[in-house]
Amino acid sequence: MNRFLLPLGVFALLAVVLAIGIQHSPDKGIIASPLIGKPAPQFALPSLTDPASVVRSADLKGRWYLFNVWGTWCGECRAEHDMLLQVRRAGVLPLIGLDWKDDDAQARAWLTQLGNPYQAVAVDRSGRAAIDWGVYGAPETFLVNPQGVVVYKHVGALTYETWTREILPRVSTVAATRS
Amino acid sequence: MRPRVVAWMLVAAVALAAAGRAWAVDPTQLPDPALQARYVALTHELRCMQCQNESLADSPVDLAADLRRQVRELLLAGKSDEEVRAWMAARYGDFILFRPRYSLRNAWLWGAPAALLLLGALVSWRVVRQRSTLLAADQDPVEEDVRS
Repeated sequence: MNRFLLPLGVFALLAVVLAIGIQHSPDKGIIASPLIGKPAPQFALPSLTDPASVVRSADLKGRWYLFNVWGTWCGECRAEHDMLLQVRRAGVLPLIGLDWKDDDAQARAWLTQLGNPYQAVAVDRSGRAAIDWGVYGAPETFLVNPQGVVVYKHVGALTYETWTREILPRVSTVAATRS
Repeated sequence: MRPRVVAWMLVAAVALAAAGRAWAVDPTQLPDPALQARYVALTHELRCMQCQNESLADSPVDLAADLRRQVRELLLAGKSDEEVRAWMAARYGDFILFRPRYSLRNAWLWGAPAALLLLGALVSWRVVRQRSTLLAADQDPVEEDVRS
């Protein structure tokens, strides 16, 4: 009896460890952001729609917002665009865009053609701001709370599922506890 | 094959190899050789986040070029190697470091082999001891008597 107890115990332990590993293994290619729970990076960048004005992260403090990194060169961004327009129509929180390493004229044409879901679009031509956000591929979307802390990051096209299951609950629970 | 053909093939091979060097991914040359050496070492131990199995130094991707420029700027600003690594890890996570850092979170990972070795030693010591007592019991003269 005792002879089998130790191997059985080892097997059970291994099974538990591996089960935890499988359950927690993120999708291949999606890397957990170290930014979550930390203050969102500060930026002050020219606005795409109004080159004379500046989009500042400081101006966004005190409210929830979605920070969406995109570019006209990015196919998945085209795929998520309808979802972004839906987010704008929902009117729950503003969308701030970061036009990443793009051509301004093309980006403006994209927005007039497909509709503009953004309250403001910051232009990051050098890619320096995207690095601060730990962006490694567009599109990426960050949810930032009124204290300016990043609470959630989504890599890849924003879907209706992500919007309803990950973003809305986070925004509404906090709104509910405050009221 | 005629020796002439072989010679031409050799020339072609050498030319191709030279061309490869000329079109290396990263042509950066920092003014200070010591800084250049640190730059080369750092870009080889930082991961390109887009093509995850290549280092920054090897990757032709746009983002890798941006991150190399960042390494260059940080080094020129007088940051230490560790500061550059920390700067990258703060934005992209420990995943960007090909050489993992020790931390409380992965301490068990580093400790596991030693712990398993110790466990194995303990088990084998017990087994050996058990066997030798059994052997001693076998050679017990009283038992020998009973058997015969």
